[in-house]
Amino acid sequence: MSVAVKNNKRPFNIFRWFFSTGWRHLVGLAVCTFAIFPILYILSTSLYPNNDINNTTALFADISPANYISLFDQESRPFGRWYLNTVYIGIVTSVGSVFLSALAAFAFSRLRFKGRRPGLLSLILMQMFPSILGLVAIYSLLSDVGRVFPILGLNSQIGLMMVYLGGSLGAGTYLMYGFFNTVPKEIDEAATIDGASHARIFFSIILRLVAPILAVQMLLSYIGVTSDFILASILLSDPNSLTLATGLQQFISDPYSKDWSMFAAGAVLSALPSVALFLALQKYITSGLTGGAVKG
Amino acid sequence: MAGKKIRSWGEAGPSVSGTLWKLGVLGTVDAIAVTMIMVLLAQELMMQAAISIAVLIFVNWVYLRKGGLPAKYLTPGVLFLIVFQIYVLLFSGYTAFTNYGSAHNGDKALAIQTIKNAAYRIVDGPDYTINLVKDDADGSRAFLMTNNIDGKVFIGKDGELPLPVSQNMYTLSEECADKYAEDTETCAKAALRAVGYTTQDPNNLSFVDKAKYLDIRVITDPANPNVGLRTSEFTIALPSESTLVYDETADTFTALVDDDYGVYYAGDVFKPAEDGFYRLDGVLENAKLDGGWRVEVGLKNFETIFADVQLRDPLVKVITWTFVFAISTVLTTFILGLFIALVFNHDKLRGKKFYRVIMILPYAFPGFLSAYVWVGLLNRENGFINTVIFGQDPGSEANFPWLLEEGPARLAVLLVNLWLGFPYMFLITTGALQSIPSELNEAAEIDGATGWQNFRLIKLPLLLISIAPLLIASFAFNFNNFTIIYLLTKGGPADSGITDYDVGGTDILITFVYKIAFSGTGQNFGLASAFSILIFIVVATISLISFRRTKKFEEIV
Repeated sequence: MSVAVKNNKRPFNIFRWFFSTGWRHLVGLAVCTFAIFPILYILSTSLYPNNDINNTTALFADISPANYISLFDQESRPFGRWYLNTVYIGIVTSVGSVFLSALAAFAFSRLRFKGRRPGLLSLILMQMFPSILGLVAIYSLLSDVGRVFPILGLNSQIGLMMVYLGGSLGAGTYLMYGFFNTVPKEIDEAATIDGASHARIFFSIILRLVAPILAVQMLLSYIGVTSDFILASILLSDPNSLTLATGLQQFISDPYSKDWSMFAAGAVLSALPSVALFLALQKYITSGLTGGAVKG
Repeated sequence: MAGKKIRSWGEAGPSVSGTLWKLGVLGTVDAIAVTMIMVLLAQELMMQAAISIAVLIFVNWVYLRKGGLPAKYLTPGVLFLIVFQIYVLLFSGYTAFTNYGSAHNGDKALAIQTIKNAAYRIVDGPDYTINLVKDDADGSRAFLMTNNIDGKVFIGKDGELPLPVSQNMYTLSEECADKYAEDTETCAKAALRAVGYTTQDPNNLSFVDKAKYLDIRVITDPANPNVGLRTSEFTIALPSESTLVYDETADTFTALVDDDYGVYYAGDVFKPAEDGFYRLDGVLENAKLDGGWRVEVGLKNFETIFADVQLRDPLVKVITWTFVFAISTVLTTFILGLFIALVFNHDKLRGKKFYRVIMILPYAFPGFLSAYVWVGLLNRENGFINTVIFGQDPGSEANFPWLLEEGPARLAVLLVNLWLGFPYMFLITTGALQSIPSELNEAAEIDGATGWQNFRLIKLPLLLISIAPLLIASFAFNFNNFTIIYLLTKGGPADSGITDYDVGGTDILITFVYKIAFSGTGQNFGLASAFSILIFIVVATISLISFRRTKKFEEIV
């Protein structure tokens, strides 16, 4: 594929340039158009001040913040509330799951004990069971628990967060185990000799050394949790407790009160943090991809 | 090696602040756990309480004893794993062998309660506004009842006649007895408290407590104990006639009257039958009472999957499409991603970074939002794709039916998934291409290989070694890609063929299973779980075999 043109002293020839490099720009432009037009469309829709958006044919025909303003005073669809719920659930879950996986991964990576190998093996096996297949069990578990402890049952955010936590631990621990193994053991051996306790080695040495990875892990987990639709849609039902993934669809699911402009504005605001985080951390995320993570 | 200590940890004693932290966290956990155990005991859930106490003691032992370091790090994660993965796995496995579903949604006690709660009909007589109370003297449950016509107040206990309460012994509620009363000053008010009784808020009652209040029948005529005042939502008691009576020792329901709907006649006896229903004389084919319990049904759910004629055609169609969908998605995204990676893998190309940022936007955009956005783009009458890109008339019903007919809907699903997935493939193939040593290219060129030969015989095989596991993971992920199918088409368009099952043109296995479990009138958790197990086996087998083969692949090269 790569046709090496080594001689730089030849005079510039537009045809030669086109056949070697220029056509690549054409491909690039075509692919970029394909990639970006749905996003431009939703952005344009969100800025179009008239509900009847589907009748516009030009992107960005008119620009106004009206939809964004009225998005926050819908009584039956509390968008602001959903936003806060999503951020809250996302942060608690991602921090919690990274911390719990780090604890377990530390044991697997640094300590030797009976059942270590079977433990690791069952972690690998368990991640193969897609959590979506456990829906019935999760639903029934929460409905039973909720009869005694309503705060942990159906329609409770704490219940949902526990489910997310439990579901992400298997894969999380296994990933983190790999990262911990990259930290040389000599470091903690030296610390032990200097009199550090195990807790100190874990919190002040290992966790600090893998901090960038922990941060990326947390962000990926945050993005995963906040885009979950199915668990949230089954477990949450009260309009005030919904997340963005389940709430936003209300703008377009009811055939009698579809509101595409409102939905578009909500979608743009919901996507902003994810997209911004993703672009900012592009480098780390893409290098972690080849480690086997598949985005949901 | 197992059990042998390799290095000695923590020979230095723990620091004071560390110990304080530990005790603080452990104390908080203990406090919460003890509160929960008290609640369990109060609800008479002895087994659950016993298990919780055992776990609590175990956790404290792990953290307070010396040594046993691995357990200290593993316990929190393992507890979560046991509840949310191991329990979930085992429960799914068990459910597959039961008839669990909306008609059989709990244990037998719950079924009995459900039948009892429905076994009455309203008769003529005065009704009462009630508050739930507990007798301070003996803890028995009662209604504090206010007659809605003359305002007289009574205490009503199960199986007893109402006991009048004199005026100075009760206090009235501030709110109107009638919630919709217009004049809140002069409206009739019901008694809220009575001396010697504690008023209960129905919202704070446990399930067990509620059931006990629902059982109360305050008799009004000693000669006819079948007629009494009962409540169904804890605010009003209506004169009702029991239609069935439950005999605890014989475990039977006996009909007291002829059923209004002709299901049973006075004197009929209903006994528990094998299929988890109370049936007339306990015989399987006979009439049943609504409200069943969960029973084990052996391999019946699996028989349904493999032998039910109703299910066969839709299932074959769904399975075929699941494979077509997963394989096509992997192939199309991989080919497009690889093509772009090859095009961009050129030293002299400027602006690569710019292209890259734009191209990974679909990957960075949250998946559920993308699906919704595409639903709008693909709208038949006014969607951007039809009206702008293909220049069809806005609002016309003759436009291309994306998402509305089977063929176009399948095409649309694949197109959207290509949009979602190609950036990921572009990123990973770029990485893999860059890791191929450039000497290999140069050697091939010197040997006279054409560009295509170089790609097909050198780059592609090397690429596949590192990418193959990711392609398999992508296949496994798309095999169960619920979000994209469900949010785009809900599995539709609905199949017009007549079958008992709700199945549509773009349904993949997982959306089909979801519908069996959670949508429609007949939720069938047992059948859905049986499907889940089969899907797990399929995905796990494919993953394991493929991983093995890719390892062999590696050894050859």
